[in-house]
Amino acid sequence: MGLLHSNHAIVRTIERFFITAAPLDTGALVSAVATERCGAVATFVGLVRDHNAGRRVEWLDYEAYPELAVKTLARIGAEAALQWPEVELAIHHRTGRVDIGEASVAIAAASPHRAEAFAACRYAIERVKQIAPVWKHEHFDGGEVWIEGATADPEDDAARQAAYERACS
Amino acid sequence: MLITVRLFARLRELAGASELRRELPEGSSAQAAWDSLVRDHAELAEYGKVISCAVNAEYARLTAPLKSGDEVAFLPPVSGG
Repeated sequence: MGLLHSNHAIVRTIERFFITAAPLDTGALVSAVATERCGAVATFVGLVRDHNAGRRVEWLDYEAYPELAVKTLARIGAEAALQWPEVELAIHHRTGRVDIGEASVAIAAASPHRAEAFAACRYAIERVKQIAPVWKHEHFDGGEVWIEGATADPEDDAARQAAYERACS
Repeated sequence: MLITVRLFARLRELAGASELRRELPEGSSAQAAWDSLVRDHAELAEYGKVISCAVNAEYARLTAPLKSGDEVAFLPPVSGG
């Protein structure tokens, strides 16, 4: 994150694809993707929920492989750009302890028109769940458990197609 | 050749380390690195069919040949979002 000084304004620039232990700022993501040619920004914010699989969740601890996670989020951005060339995308994922009600992931997709913004935003969260090297360690009332979902394979075309179909449904 | 293995989440806990060094024959694959790890940490074996692998922080196939100094990471099924 840095500040660019010009004669007339101070513009805050942020990384589009980012892993951080700090609270997420969806407004900053929106600012990062919205340009004058955009008529729409769709956002998705994933929150830590107080229950899962019949357990009372107390908090989640997120672990990531940071170097690969940043590249994977950028890869998702590149995939979306192939599908929706006019969309600008940003994805931030949190690590460490995230309490109930806090954001674990934030996505913003800006586009001239809303349909593409919604679709790219949905596609991005589906792909995050499929391939981002991030893990939830759930702390619940009575214990803790690692949550394990999909075997990550960015080259799996069937998974990519499933994400695309959900995005366009 | 000497390589570095990185482990995450439950794999890290089962092996009791996030980073390990392994000495392997020249040209060994990522799969061979995994097999060598399982010999010392049998509790990892159940993950053999579901892991992903990355070499030098890029997703790779388990058949990928390794070079001396490479960092190979084994990833349990992911659960971000």
